[in-house]
Amino acid sequence: MTHASLLHRITDYANRANPYPLYEELRRTPVLHEEDGGPYLVGSYWDILGLLHDPRISSDAGNLAAAGADEGVGAEETGLPPSFIRLDPPEHDRLRRIANRSFGPPHCPRRIDAMRGELADIVSGLIDGFGDARQIDVVDQFAYPFPVTVICRLLGVPREDEPRFRAWVEPIVASLDPQTQTGENEAERLQSTREARVQLGLYLAELVEQRRREPGNDMLSELVTSHGPDGPMTTMEVLSTSVLLLIAGHETTVNLITNGMLTLLRYPEFLRKLRDDPGLAVNVVEELLRYEPPVQLVPQRTSIADIEVRGVTIPKGSRIWLVLAAGNRDPERFEDPDRFDPYRGDIQHLGFGSGIHSCFGAPLARLEAQIALSELARRLDDPRLLEDPPPYRQNAVLRGPRHLAVGFEGVRP
Amino acid sequence: MRLVVDLNRCQGYAQCAFLAPDVFALHGEESLVYNPQAEEGQRERLARAVAACPVQAILADGLDDVDEEPAEAGQETSHAR
Amino acid sequence: MPAEDFLQWLRREGRIVIVGASLAGLRAAETLRAEGFAGSLTMIGDEPYEPYDRPPLSKAVLLGKASPHRTDLPRRLEIDAKWRLGVAATGLDMTAKRVRLADGDEVEYDRLLIATGVRARPWPKESEAQLDGVFVLRTRDDAAALLRRLQASPRRVFVIGAGFTGSEIASACRAQGVAVTLAERGGAPLVGALGGVIGAVAAELQRENGVDLRTGVMVTALEGDSMGRVRAAHLSDGSVVETDVVVVCLGATRNTEWLESSGLGAGPRGIACDAGCRAFDFRGIVTDDVYVAGDVARSPHPLFGYQFLSLEHWGNAVAQAEVAAHNMISSGADRRPHLWVPAFWSSQFGVNIKSVGVPSMGEQIMIAQGSLAERRFVGVYGYQGRVIAAVSFDNTRWLQFYERLIETATPFPLEFPTVDRRPEGRQPVPADFPDPSLPTHGPTVTLSGYSPSDRRLVFTPARH
Repeated sequence: MTHASLLHRITDYANRANPYPLYEELRRTPVLHEEDGGPYLVGSYWDILGLLHDPRISSDAGNLAAAGADEGVGAEETGLPPSFIRLDPPEHDRLRRIANRSFGPPHCPRRIDAMRGELADIVSGLIDGFGDARQIDVVDQFAYPFPVTVICRLLGVPREDEPRFRAWVEPIVASLDPQTQTGENEAERLQSTREARVQLGLYLAELVEQRRREPGNDMLSELVTSHGPDGPMTTMEVLSTSVLLLIAGHETTVNLITNGMLTLLRYPEFLRKLRDDPGLAVNVVEELLRYEPPVQLVPQRTSIADIEVRGVTIPKGSRIWLVLAAGNRDPERFEDPDRFDPYRGDIQHLGFGSGIHSCFGAPLARLEAQIALSELARRLDDPRLLEDPPPYRQNAVLRGPRHLAVGFEGVRP
Repeated sequence: MRLVVDLNRCQGYAQCAFLAPDVFALHGEESLVYNPQAEEGQRERLARAVAACPVQAILADGLDDVDEEPAEAGQETSHAR
Repeated sequence: MPAEDFLQWLRREGRIVIVGASLAGLRAAETLRAEGFAGSLTMIGDEPYEPYDRPPLSKAVLLGKASPHRTDLPRRLEIDAKWRLGVAATGLDMTAKRVRLADGDEVEYDRLLIATGVRARPWPKESEAQLDGVFVLRTRDDAAALLRRLQASPRRVFVIGAGFTGSEIASACRAQGVAVTLAERGGAPLVGALGGVIGAVAAELQRENGVDLRTGVMVTALEGDSMGRVRAAHLSDGSVVETDVVVVCLGATRNTEWLESSGLGAGPRGIACDAGCRAFDFRGIVTDDVYVAGDVARSPHPLFGYQFLSLEHWGNAVAQAEVAAHNMISSGADRRPHLWVPAFWSSQFGVNIKSVGVPSMGEQIMIAQGSLAERRFVGVYGYQGRVIAAVSFDNTRWLQFYERLIETATPFPLEFPTVDRRPEGRQPVPADFPDPSLPTHGPTVTLSGYSPSDRRLVFTPARH
C-alpha cells in the first residue's frame, strides 16, 4: 500500500474543498488508528455522541500534553492558564458558570434575545455597504466583519482595534490545525503562537483593567466584577476566558455564514425559498450545522482509561479526534445524509458538539447565521457563485472558504 | 400554542431559554421551567427554540401556520427518535 | 377469522377503546392513528378535561409561571376520537367486550387499552381530610385549588411526606416566600426513592432554603377550628404545628378498583402485563384483546431480573403507550417489547435531580463524579456487583453514559477513573435505603415480584 494514510489525507489541504468522501472512508472503521503515537479517529454518529458524554475522556490540556500532543500549552509557556475548553470539571464547570453569568440564563436570560435588532442593523449596514458593486467577496465584506463587530460589542472590545487583534488571532487559530502541528517549522510555529497569545493577553489585560475601574455594560466588565456563588475569576482566568470568547466568537461563525451562502448557491431552490420565507432560516442553519459544520472535528480529547468502542480498545492516555462532520453524514443516523435539505424533519446534528463542552456561543451563532443568510437571500438580486469550489482556508478543524466570490445583478432595498 | 418538554431528554443546554426567554427559563443551573401554553406573540421565538433544542425535547403544536412550508409542519413531530 | 384477517379488519374498521385520557392514553391514540388505524377510537376519562400534562402542576404552576388550567398536552396529530370525558369507567366485561361507565352507558370494544393511571392517596382519616385547607396534588383541579390558597398568603403550609411531590411543593412555597413545614416519616427527604446518602443531601438543601424539615416523625392528627378549617397538625413527637394549609403527599394509589370482578390480573400494585403490554388475567394467562400502559401497568423487565416493575414515570407512560398501541394493531412477529430503562426527573430548590435505572434496588452507592457537599454530582448504585442505577444533581449531561452502564450490566464498583472523581468517590458506601417493608412516600419505581397474578401489597399507607 503506497497511498497516504487516511489521517494524512484528511488533514491534507488538497482535500479541504471536499473532505466528505474521506469521512465516508473513515466511518468504515469504528476507530481509525494508523500509526504509533498518532490519534484515534472516530467518525460514526452514535460513537461520537457517546464519547462526548463519556467521563473517561478528558479535555484537560495537561492530560493531552502527556498523551504526546504539543498543544498542551500551560501557563509557563503562554503566560495564560488554559481556558475552560481545555479543562475538565470541576474547574471547567466553575469557569463556564461564571462566564455564563454575563451571557445567558439563568442570570442573564435576555442578553442574546435583546441583541436581535442590533444584529439586523449590522447586517443591513454591511449589505448597504456593497453599494453599486455587482460582485463581492462574501468573506471579507460580510461573513467576517459581521461576527467580529458582534463579538466586539458583546465583550466590550473596541471594533477599531480589529486589525491589531487579527494579527494575533490568526496564528492562534492556525495552531489549531493539526497539519501545522506536524510541520517542519515546529519550533518557530510554537514560538509565534505563544507570542500571539501573550500579545493578545496583554492587549485584553489593558482593557480589563480599564473595565475594572469603569465598568460598562459588556461581558468583560461583568467578568471582572462578577461575584456570584462561585466567586470572581482571577485576572488570569478572565484573560484566558476573554481570549477564548473573542476567538471562538467569530472564527467559527464566519465559516458558518460562508458555508451557508456557498451551500445555498449550490442549492438555489432553497435560496429562493429562503427569500420568500425568512422563517426558513431557522431550519437552514440547523441543516447547515449538520451538512457543513464550521468545526469539523474535536482534536483535544484524551482517554484516561481504556475505552472500548465497538470492539476496538482505545488505550488509556490516547489522543482522540472526534470527527463531528463525519458523524453528521452518518447514514446510520441520517437518511440520505449527503443531501442538503432544510425540510428534513430530523436534524439532530453534532455541529455544536454535545455534553459539557457543547458550544458556549451556540444561541448567538444561530441568530447571527439566521439573520445573515435570510438577509443575503432577500437582498441580493440573482446571486451566483463565481468560483466553485472557492479557495479554502488552510485549517482542517475550523474549515471554511478563505474567499467566496459572488456575483449579482443588484442589491434590493 | 401548546407545548411540552420531555425533561428526561433535556440536558439543560438552555438554547430554548436563550431564544424564547418568555416561554422557557432556567431555575438554577439546569432545571428548565416553562409555560406549557405559549402566547401567540411567541410563535416565531418558539419555533426557533424547538428547532435549536440539541436533544429535540420540545414538542409544540400550532406552529405549522407560521407559513405553508412542510418543514414547519415537520416540527410538530420534532420528537424524532 | 384467521388472526391475520382479524388484524386487517381491526385496522380498517375495528373499535378501539382507551380508558384513561391522560398522557399515556393520548400518546397511544396518536400512535394508533400514525400507524394507520382507521377504525373508531373512543377515549374515556374520568376528568372533564382533554389530556393535560401533570409535572408542571407541582413546579411551573406553583411557581406562578404557568396557569393550572393551561397545561394541555400538544398533539402530534389529529386523532379523530370520540371523547367520553368526565365519566369514569366502572366495570369491564371481558367476555362481552364491554366497558361500563359511571353514567350507565356501555361501550363495546374489539381491543381495549387501559391507562387509568394513579390518583393521590388521600389523608386516611376522612373527617380530617375533609377539613377546609387540606389538599392533595394530582389533578388540574387540585393544583388550581392549592394555588389559590398559596396566593392568599397563608401563615404556614404544612406538607406531609417528603417524596418528590412533597419536596417540590415545599420548594415552590419557599420560592414564593411562604413558610413551610415538611414532615417525613423516614430519616430524610427522598429517602425511599434515592436512599439515605442522597437523602442527607436533600435534607441539607431543604434546610438551607428555609424549609422547617421534620424527619422521623408521623403526623398523628390534623386539627380543625369551629368553622371546619384546618388550624394545626399534631406530630408523633408531641409537637404541634400551626398551619392553615396542609398538603398530603403520601404517594399514589393505582386506579384498578373498577376492574375488581373483571377477571383481570389487577390489584393495588397495578395491572400485570407481558413485555408487549398485553394484560394478564387473574390466573396469570395473557389476554388477547386487553392492553395496559402507563402508571397503572406493571410489567416484567429483563434488566431487573424480570421482576414486574410499576413505574410512575412520565417517560414510561409515553414509551409504554407507544409500544402498546403498536402491538394492538400488529401481528406477532411485528410486535415490540417494552424495554424502557426507568428514568425520572425532579426540580426543586433550583436543583435538577435526575435518575436512571432502579435506584431503590441499590445496595451501595459511589459518587462517580462531583461532590455531595457541592450538590453537583453523579451517584452510581450497585446491586450484586453490577451497576443498577444512577442519580445526578445538576450533572445531567453525564447521565446517558451511566444509562449505558446499566444496560450493559457493567461491574460495580466502577473499576475505571472518571473526570471530576473526588476522594469521597473512590469507595462505595451503603446506599442506605429504608427497610422496604416500611412505607416511604416517594418510590417512583416499585418492584412487585415475579408473578403476574401476585396481588400482595408491600407498600401500605401510614396508619396513624
